Amino acid sequence: MEEIIEERHTLAVLVDNEAGVLARVIGLFSGRGYNIESLTVAAVDQAAHMSRITVVTSGTPMVIQQIKAQLERLVPVHKVVDLTLQAPSVEREMALIKVACAGEKRVEALRLSDAFRARVIDTTHTSFVFEVTGAPDKLDAFIGLMRPLGLVDVSRTGVVAIARGPEAM
Amino acid sequence: MSGREMTGAAIVIKALKDQGVDTIFGYPGGAVLPIYDEIFKQEGIRHILVRHEQGAVHAAEGYARSTGKPGVVLVTSGPGATNAVTGLLDALMDSIPLVCLTGQVPTSLIGNDAFQEADTVGITRPCTKHNWLVQSADNLARTVHEAFYVATNGRPGPVVIDIPKDVQFATGTYIGPGQAVHKTYKPQVKAPTDAIAQAVAMMGAAKKPVLYTGGGVINAGPKASQLLRQLVEMTNFPITSTLMGLGAYPASGDNWLGMLGMHGTYEANNAMHDADLIVCIGARFDDRVTGRVDAFAPDAKKIHIDIDASSINKNVFVDLPVVGDCAHVLEDMIRVWRSKSVQTDKAALETWWRQVDTWRARKCLAYKKSDKTIKPQYAIERLHQLTKDRDTYITTEVGQHQMWAAQHFHFDEPNHWMTSGGLGTMGYGLPAAVGVQLAHPDALVIDIAGEASIQMMTQEMSTAIQFRLPLKVFILNNEYMGMVRQWQDLLHGGRYSQSYSEALPDFVKLAEAYGAKGIRVSDPADLDEAILEMINSPVPVIFDCLVDKKENCYPMIPSGAAHNEMILGDDEDGAEVTEEGKMLV
Repeated sequence: MEEIIEERHTLAVLVDNEAGVLARVIGLFSGRGYNIESLTVAAVDQAAHMSRITVVTSGTPMVIQQIKAQLERLVPVHKVVDLTLQAPSVEREMALIKVACAGEKRVEALRLSDAFRARVIDTTHTSFVFEVTGAPDKLDAFIGLMRPLGLVDVSRTGVVAIARGPEAM
Repeated sequence: MSGREMTGAAIVIKALKDQGVDTIFGYPGGAVLPIYDEIFKQEGIRHILVRHEQGAVHAAEGYARSTGKPGVVLVTSGPGATNAVTGLLDALMDSIPLVCLTGQVPTSLIGNDAFQEADTVGITRPCTKHNWLVQSADNLARTVHEAFYVATNGRPGPVVIDIPKDVQFATGTYIGPGQAVHKTYKPQVKAPTDAIAQAVAMMGAAKKPVLYTGGGVINAGPKASQLLRQLVEMTNFPITSTLMGLGAYPASGDNWLGMLGMHGTYEANNAMHDADLIVCIGARFDDRVTGRVDAFAPDAKKIHIDIDASSINKNVFVDLPVVGDCAHVLEDMIRVWRSKSVQTDKAALETWWRQVDTWRARKCLAYKKSDKTIKPQYAIERLHQLTKDRDTYITTEVGQHQMWAAQHFHFDEPNHWMTSGGLGTMGYGLPAAVGVQLAHPDALVIDIAGEASIQMMTQEMSTAIQFRLPLKVFILNNEYMGMVRQWQDLLHGGRYSQSYSEALPDFVKLAEAYGAKGIRVSDPADLDEAILEMINSPVPVIFDCLVDKKENCYPMIPSGAAHNEMILGDDEDGAEVTEEGKMLV
């Protein structure tokens, strides 16, 4: 048997902003057993009724090719771009992270947040909410550091991505 | 605005007429009454009242498959829509163009668990090519036109339009088909010229080639079948086909190897296994065709011609993908072949054909004849012999009888063979025959059935009687769910769990109860005369052919095995099913 190598790919999918389009995309992934590591969606052009879905998935090269072909044949899909193949591209994710702590731990949390360029967007005498933006592994690292300091809640947006350079997708 | 104001229900009927629809298969109910009222008031479209919504969808499939036109279905909300689901998935798997209109509760009640409410677009999303919930009468005409476009363009498939009852009553503006242009769905029908050139070069260089064709050739229209025949003549390549593609190349043609796959012929499967080039035209390397994927055609380069890019490299990695419509691609290939005066390696092909002939000499479809009991293969053979000079259309149910029909009834023309290939839906054949007979009133339409399958949709006999459709139901009655039993023989120590057809009806009396004719035969000596009686009856017939109860369907590639590991009928102990194979279906 040949070795099966799974790859992580970030796909940008431009779709008609119509009812049920997200369900179609998600149903495709769940129905065919594909992985979703992260998925984000929002309208990007209100006038043209277009939304952009960014999906991070993993699979063998044959599966990745299948995922793209399956997405492309959905009727409301305008375009699918594999940002991982069409390198270079940039990826960002944002997280809101709540840490409840006091004393030394509170000082340490603030100090670390500074190192990660996290912003404090809410504070009480016993807690902080940090806003932190970056590549997913940076967020993972920050969350990992907050855990022993009193991490109580995490909300992440999932990855958004865009190709470098002057061209549109 | 160039449009006209009318009710949503009237818009639906007008749009269907403008799409050239002459027949609708349906069943009324509360949420579609306004559309039924419009049907009542007009004449151009005939409505075929089925007895179960699944029957409506299969009938529309039969109509579509035998005419090349999209089939149209109209059902009510809730159970009407859910009953249609099996048929919709059947059409999706076999790429049959259908437009299914479903009624829905009024928009104000959607989400309230109203009477006969179902989330129809939610339920049908994975079993249609696309679907729509129409929220305003103004969007109705455009949606209907778009639906026909999506159903029939690219890889064909079923679509659903869910129409709330208030939208059917509301007034909206009608627009004609020309004014509705689709903004995103534009499938590629012409393949790139370099792919065509490369395919032709690979074919010219092949020493052991085989053409492997499928339902895509049928879907690409009669011209594609003509072009395929030309290509075979030009290249002298051997040709095999999937279950869905039978008839595209004539079974009486010299280069025909028979069907391939699990119940395909010895020559077709061995040719696939030993080939150095496989040209797949409108087929999809389905698991019933490939057998064990890692042992599939190990030495062959593979060219895959398909209009659906997602079919390519799904199951089997191919060397040359050619995305495009079969008819366009075949036309371009033939043109390039001629303009470059490509020559095949004649000496190599001759050696290859000699090899093929040794496989053919194995006579894999032979069976032990009997003068005591009717062998099911013999029944199909006689049915073919006695009907081949007529305009005959065959539909089937699913099981052993279906495979015997595919093996022993030989198809020379496309669109004459209607069967449930992908989904394997028992109950498909009788309603499909209703659709075929409506489209071809003077043809001989026969549903080759099993005694178990036929009971899943028997009620459609009533439809056949109502619309005076003289279709024939030819039951190979062995009192078993034969294919289930065959697998229980192979995989489960012959423990026939629930596969005996207990408490069967008297099919002759059943026919008579519907107002049809019943014929029963058990003696091989009476078979021909009885078949002729069936053919010559101007009314629907149920033919109860009592066949050998123990016969199994061979040849067979057991699940998890390779093409060159077939079980042949006279060599039943030859192959073993592996543990891995037992997991497969």
